[in-house]
Amino acid sequence: MSEMSPLRNVRKWLDERFGWDALIAPLRKKTVPMHRLSYWYFLGGITLFLFVIQVLTGILLLLYYRPGANEAFESVQYIMTQVEFGWLIRSVHSWSANLMIFTAFAHMFSVLFLKAYRKPRELTWVSGVILLVLVMGFGFSGYLLPWNSLAFFATKVGTEITGQVPIIGKPLMIFLRGGEEVTGATLTRFFGFHVAVLPGLATLLIFVHLLLVQRLGISVPPKLEVEWTVNPAAKREMKFFPNFMLRELMAWYMALGVLGALAAVFPWNLGIRADPFVPAPAGIKPEWYFLFMFQTLKLIPPKLWLIDGEVVGVLVFGLIGLLWLLLPFFESDQPSRPKRWITGLAVFALAYMAGMSVYGHLAK
Amino acid sequence: MATWQNKFRPFGAGRYLVLTPFVMLVVCLSYGQTKNSCLDCHSALPDLLGVSQEKFSQDIHAQKGLSCASCHGGDPTSDDPDKAMSRKAGWKGKIDRKQIPNLCGSCHSDPAYMRQLNPSLRTDQLGQYRTSVHGKRLAAGDTKVAVCTDCHSVHDLRAPSDPRSTVNRVNVANTCARCHSDADYMKGYSIPKDQFAKYRASVHHEALAVRGDLSAPTCTTCHGKHGAVPPGIDKVQNVCSTCHTFQAQMYEKSSHKEAFQAASLPGCVVCHSNHGISHPTDAKLGTGPDAVCMQCHTPGDACDQARAGLQSDLSQLDKAIKGADQVLGVAESSGMEVSEARLGQDQARDSLTKARVTIHSFRKDLVDQDIQAGLNIAAKNLQAGQKAMAERNYRRVGLGLSLVAIALMFVGLRLYIKRIES
Repeated sequence: MSEMSPLRNVRKWLDERFGWDALIAPLRKKTVPMHRLSYWYFLGGITLFLFVIQVLTGILLLLYYRPGANEAFESVQYIMTQVEFGWLIRSVHSWSANLMIFTAFAHMFSVLFLKAYRKPRELTWVSGVILLVLVMGFGFSGYLLPWNSLAFFATKVGTEITGQVPIIGKPLMIFLRGGEEVTGATLTRFFGFHVAVLPGLATLLIFVHLLLVQRLGISVPPKLEVEWTVNPAAKREMKFFPNFMLRELMAWYMALGVLGALAAVFPWNLGIRADPFVPAPAGIKPEWYFLFMFQTLKLIPPKLWLIDGEVVGVLVFGLIGLLWLLLPFFESDQPSRPKRWITGLAVFALAYMAGMSVYGHLAK
Repeated sequence: MATWQNKFRPFGAGRYLVLTPFVMLVVCLSYGQTKNSCLDCHSALPDLLGVSQEKFSQDIHAQKGLSCASCHGGDPTSDDPDKAMSRKAGWKGKIDRKQIPNLCGSCHSDPAYMRQLNPSLRTDQLGQYRTSVHGKRLAAGDTKVAVCTDCHSVHDLRAPSDPRSTVNRVNVANTCARCHSDADYMKGYSIPKDQFAKYRASVHHEALAVRGDLSAPTCTTCHGKHGAVPPGIDKVQNVCSTCHTFQAQMYEKSSHKEAFQAASLPGCVVCHSNHGISHPTDAKLGTGPDAVCMQCHTPGDACDQARAGLQSDLSQLDKAIKGADQVLGVAESSGMEVSEARLGQDQARDSLTKARVTIHSFRKDLVDQDIQAGLNIAAKNLQAGQKAMAERNYRRVGLGLSLVAIALMFVGLRLYIKRIES
């Protein structure tokens, strides 16, 4: 590129005004460790890419979507049938949401198995876990927006479970529903959460998460860290720009291909318009990412000692969630002495979630 | 205040509190209850003479406050059997079968009396009964025919709206069959004994008993309840038309009505039979084993040709609907949004149903109107399905091209990385 190129001029202009070069200097220095498990580092980037897809397709859907019990279903139907490429945008949005939740889970478990949450990255883990909860919140709130029968009853069941939390459960359920029952008020409320509250919080947390990743660098597994500390010559790294970024770009292209294929071959179903006056369809189930919790709650006996079984289940899940969030604080400070039980717990959690999800999927 | 406290004795007050529920219980139990010595003995007697307290308490009459004496007379307040069942006290003993309709009618035909107990209940049952085959034969001295208690039961008689009642809509056919399907009992009567067996195989029974459609007919719907008689050959159409209104209107316009009347044929029954009515199919218009037209018509005549034309019309629309269904089904399973066309298919099916109703006019011009309307709708839906399939293919081609572009970018990036890293 010549000195006179327009891009260079723009860069110079920016640098003169707010020190662009100094701003991106840390990124230029950023490196990514290279080892046999490096490919797991792509998952965070893929999740971020899918989030951007969500934002873009979500904005496009907003051009036609109308929140409200009398209009929501029809507006989505209109998007699917009348709007040019509306079907593609909606299907990509729905598939991307599911893939994003999947990659977010995969990213979390990769961090867990590679022990990347260790000191000094505790806050990166905490922000990541909160982001995962927000992503699931996106899924839960977005699921209702087409106002179809399945979504209506799944929301009814989901918010009912929230109502089981002692003391704050009932007010929380009423807050979520905008009343005692799931109605049009719930829909507009969920719309507000989905397009304003959650994106605001998520953007802020993603910024914090990325800032922490940037500040602390990319973690290496403890065994390798010890090895590289003893023998610095063995340390292998790759420049983030452009080497790792180009590879990440390849992963994004691959994700885009998968997303396009899913949207074109399996366009997201619209379902049947929600009717609050018909009985719930038999075997109603939540989305796959809530299935392990739902199935567990179903298996708990109605009464445990003198307490309602479902209340016990909700409280136990709440406690596990809290402990999960604080997991890095139980880990050893020394990379040479990692806590094996945490890895064991992660294996158990993964097996439990997968097993329960499959069981929930197959159960009548 | 101090004086009151001194006089107040907690133990004394407690004693009253304990006694109060007992006093209230005794008062409640004795309130409105008059002595009925009949059940004291008859609840212990076997079979024919035995009536348990539990059984009688289920009876609508007992629930309305009537006692044994209301029908059988006597003095139920006396513990002495001789006094309780004395003729002087009006005791009638076992009611003679011939007298049962009159005895029931003594209350049930009295509007002033019945109004006090159930103002909405009709009071013409006895009058109707007397016009029925059962009533006429009873009057002629045949005591085997049904009287009130045979159908309604006795001593545990329930309101017809009670699902356990023998005359509840879903139980009526079984109640009639108790006599009418009993070959030994019906010996000497020149009527068939297979009505119930045929009815059980009919579309009407299926609707009532299997699908729980309480508007579906049972014996009394066509024959009448208390005034039960066979509808009569020339009146069958009137009976069927109470439900099948449009078919009857079409039949009125048809040439068959006059022809059947002239030949003393029983209208609807000629093609559909009576008790064993099966679900009608288009095969009835054909020439196969289920065909009905050719029972009277000659092959090749003008009517046979009209029949073939009608059957072909129905078949054409049926095929058009199925064809559109098939394409829409494939489009739907490919994830295409075709719910509007799916809804339209219901309209096409309605046209087919309407055409099948119009068949009863036996006029091709009328049937063709419905067929044409249905064909137009089915064609529109088929077009929507084909458009959806074309759209699906277009998407897949688009996907293919996109994937090629993505693959090229992927390879390009890989080569670029290789170049800068070498």
